[in-house]
Amino acid sequence: MADDGHTRPQFARRAFFLGAVQVGAGLALAGRMGWLAIAQGDRYASKAESNRISLHLIPPRRGLIADIKGEPIATNRPAYSVEITPSLAGDLEEALDKVGRIIEIDPAERARIIEAAATLPHAGTLAIADDIGWDAYAALNLELSDMAGLQPLKTYVRHYPDGEAFAHLAGYVGPPTAEQYKETRNPLYMLAGFRLGKDGVEKSKEETLRGQPGARRVEVNARGRIIRELDTRPDVQGQTVRLTIDRGLQAFTAARVGNESCSVVVIDVVTGDVKCLLSMPAFDPNVFSNRIPSALWKELQADERKPLLNKSLQGLYVPGSTFKPVTALAALHGGVLPTDQVHCSGAYRLGRNVWHCHKRSGHGTVAMRSGIAKSCNVYFYTMARRVGAQEVADMARKLGLEHKFDIPMPVQRAGIIPDPAWKKKRYDQNWLEADTLNMAIGQGYVIVNPLQLAVMTARIATGRIVQPRMLADTPQKPFAPLDIPPDFLEVVRQGMDDVVNGPGGTARASALRVPGIRMGGKTGTAQVRRISAGFRGGAGVPWKFRDHALFIAFAPVDNPRYAISVIVEHGIGGSKAAAPIAKDVMTWIYDREQAEKRLDAILESRARAAEEARRAAEAAAAAAAASATTAAGATPATPAPASTTATTPAP
Amino acid sequence: MNFAGLLNAHWPQRLVRLPWLIILAIMAIGGFGVVVLYSAAGRHMQPWATNHLIRFLVFLGMALALSQVPTRFWRKIAWPFYLIVLVALISVEALGAISGGSQRWLDLGFTRLQPSEFMKIAIILVLAHFYHYLPRGYSERLAGIWPPLALIFVPAALVLLQPDLGTATMIVAGGLTLMFLGGLPLKWLLIPGLSGLAALPFLFNLLHDYQKKRVLIFLDPEADPLGAGYHITQSKIAIGSGGLFGKGFGQGSQSHLDYLPEPQTDFIFATMAEEWGLAGGIVLLGLYITVLVWGIRLAMRAETEFNRLLAAGLSMTMFFYVLINSMMVMGLAPVVGIPFPLMSYGGSAMLTVMIAFGMLMGVHRETGQPNRG
Repeated sequence: MADDGHTRPQFARRAFFLGAVQVGAGLALAGRMGWLAIAQGDRYASKAESNRISLHLIPPRRGLIADIKGEPIATNRPAYSVEITPSLAGDLEEALDKVGRIIEIDPAERARIIEAAATLPHAGTLAIADDIGWDAYAALNLELSDMAGLQPLKTYVRHYPDGEAFAHLAGYVGPPTAEQYKETRNPLYMLAGFRLGKDGVEKSKEETLRGQPGARRVEVNARGRIIRELDTRPDVQGQTVRLTIDRGLQAFTAARVGNESCSVVVIDVVTGDVKCLLSMPAFDPNVFSNRIPSALWKELQADERKPLLNKSLQGLYVPGSTFKPVTALAALHGGVLPTDQVHCSGAYRLGRNVWHCHKRSGHGTVAMRSGIAKSCNVYFYTMARRVGAQEVADMARKLGLEHKFDIPMPVQRAGIIPDPAWKKKRYDQNWLEADTLNMAIGQGYVIVNPLQLAVMTARIATGRIVQPRMLADTPQKPFAPLDIPPDFLEVVRQGMDDVVNGPGGTARASALRVPGIRMGGKTGTAQVRRISAGFRGGAGVPWKFRDHALFIAFAPVDNPRYAISVIVEHGIGGSKAAAPIAKDVMTWIYDREQAEKRLDAILESRARAAEEARRAAEAAAAAAAASATTAAGATPATPAPASTTATTPAP
Repeated sequence: MNFAGLLNAHWPQRLVRLPWLIILAIMAIGGFGVVVLYSAAGRHMQPWATNHLIRFLVFLGMALALSQVPTRFWRKIAWPFYLIVLVALISVEALGAISGGSQRWLDLGFTRLQPSEFMKIAIILVLAHFYHYLPRGYSERLAGIWPPLALIFVPAALVLLQPDLGTATMIVAGGLTLMFLGGLPLKWLLIPGLSGLAALPFLFNLLHDYQKKRVLIFLDPEADPLGAGYHITQSKIAIGSGGLFGKGFGQGSQSHLDYLPEPQTDFIFATMAEEWGLAGGIVLLGLYITVLVWGIRLAMRAETEFNRLLAAGLSMTMFFYVLINSMMVMGLAPVVGIPFPLMSYGGSAMLTVMIAFGMLMGVHRETGQPNRG
């Protein structure tokens, strides 16, 4: 029996041993704690700090894009957004479900977020929604304050006050792509709120506009949620890019052209300043800068009016008769005298083929000035053959065609000025006389963009090598004179004066009604389809086969200041569709009140026409049951350029 | 000592004879727990500090009441108590099997009981009883060795099945401690001990996947600092960043910003260490060592074999709580669900420790003061 009342010696030893183990363990634990807290204390203290403190980059506010007077073209608007850090959020689907109860996330958007999360670098953040409004921002802060990885933010959203009118010029912004991040490894690219220029000036002046990101040290909890801000280094806003563009002029022009598919370029011929670079129709860059809805994108891509294309720089057009001043200068350069006469019978025979003038009865006897004024094809056929195709091509290049200019736009297409060497290289064929005839009237292989046409006009107007300039804060250089005798240019200018102001001119209806200011110009009509058996792209054919309408002009004739090019796609005739636009734009520059009144009238008649079209459509729908629809009903949408008949020519 | 004398004693006398210094140490530990829980809740009494305080006071009162129960009574109920807890363990296992999930508690309607918690006491009682009646010399024979082994490993296996590695370890450790004190020859401890070490890789394979993972993470917590090694890493950061005197009351970023998981239960030692530093840790460990060594010294003076074994066994049970939890939070042991007694928020462990403390005070009451000779 052990119940002896006395402690066994063995028990005492062993109990003592256990007591010693307890004390020893206590000391060992204290030692371990000392090791952690004293020997390794600094290391763990800094680990605790790096747990607690997180450095957040603040996306820099983009610089403004302003017009010549400082009027904003692109600005920043304060907004609220929400982003998520998938690595902290855990189950992303569940997280999106929760957020989705407060703000709407459409299924396509949701799919995009989940897809983006899959390729996101560790600790990257993703925007769930931009520009959610204050109510949603407040609700998210309140209701999901505990959700890991979710961060409602105050940010800025790019804003384009005049939207579509500057869509191609300013471009738009968007989040960097995964490839762009991989290329640069710039941590800024991972910020959900950060935007890069994707097109236009936004893209080409990205470095100037971007600015320096700010940073803030914040205390975050284990779920990545910011508890408080410790200190902040503010961002440095990007620099303002001031353009030579006149916002008022371009906005007016956009309103004036309305629904047309067209380009309007206005250049100050003295400084080279591009005052207007408009391509319509366009898209809303405000929508694009947020996130491009794929349905909208598809719709825009499919649109036959090509709203995604900057027609002013990337649209290539057969210049048609607007090329004739080039042929005229080439002829003079090649030894033709302005007074040399050509008889136009309405037809020109080359070998076994007969080439027609647009006036079948012929223009009679024409010299250079009247040849330009009446746009007589036979005159230019004759002169081009006399000096040769190379002379014409050289002159075209001298005037700026087939050339890309130093302007802050990402894409320009140079077009083609053909010559024998080009044809050999391109088609491995010899140059034919027929090619020379086509080129003489700006048809055939010749294609140009609208900016080139405006620069060409500016060079003819001033006799100087005008270079277009779009950045207002770059130094102005005086332009060197062209190596073309001033009297040659004077003859061409007189011809262009007659086009608008002379008897028999093709654009007489579009003469300016501003005292003391005359506009000289040249109309053009470019076939969309090859001329075959007298086929012309007039009003009787579907829209997309109609001819393009072109017009180039400068004003004032006696001391040129502005040059303009107008191209109306499928507008049929330069004098009817393009010249009136040039007239109104020029009028705005010299007499804004008159131009605005005129615009009001046009908008009113457009509204009336739309109303009538609607009634007609209703009537047609009512009658549709009775009779089969005809081709006449197929193209009700094109509003007629109703203006031309309303104006009377200036004396 | 005769029982009649004790029964005739007056209440004031009884009160005077309570081990007041040790009770003060226990109160200091519990009070420190309240302070740390108050800070962990962002300087609020809710949701933890108030409950902890109330529970502590109730259980301390219970311990004082238990101290008046003669140890004879514990000896009498040792076997019934052990068997009831064992049956409860089996029922928990059976219920778990029926409901298709593992569970650790029995729902009695008014409260949930965790039988494995009581087994920590029951194993001490039943083995103390066993050795109390074991004839001298038998503890070295097979007949004196296999019954305690069976008494230990049957409940330990049941608890391991739950699965609760921490509690199973504590039952085995408590049981082996009593066998050691009961006179098991050292060779019988050393030979299986060493061969057990050799068999560790094999035993490792018997563990559940999540247990294996915990062990692996313990061996190399940095391998997955954001995943399963997170607990240990963050706990070490909390303790290490506390330095000598801590970051100050209410200033622990690790616990307040939720980097430290379970700052109020299993990792309360780290929560404390972050704000009170090494100094706080030494005070806390010192208080516990004082209580534990008091228990061992009590065992060495106690007048019956049952009381000796009971005192030493209960002291060691409390010791294992402190040891396993401290090693865990300091990165010396895998993460097992053993709380830091009297500090961690939660009732089960506190109840067990307070029962043990009450019984220890009972032994104290029946043991002559050292100066009495």
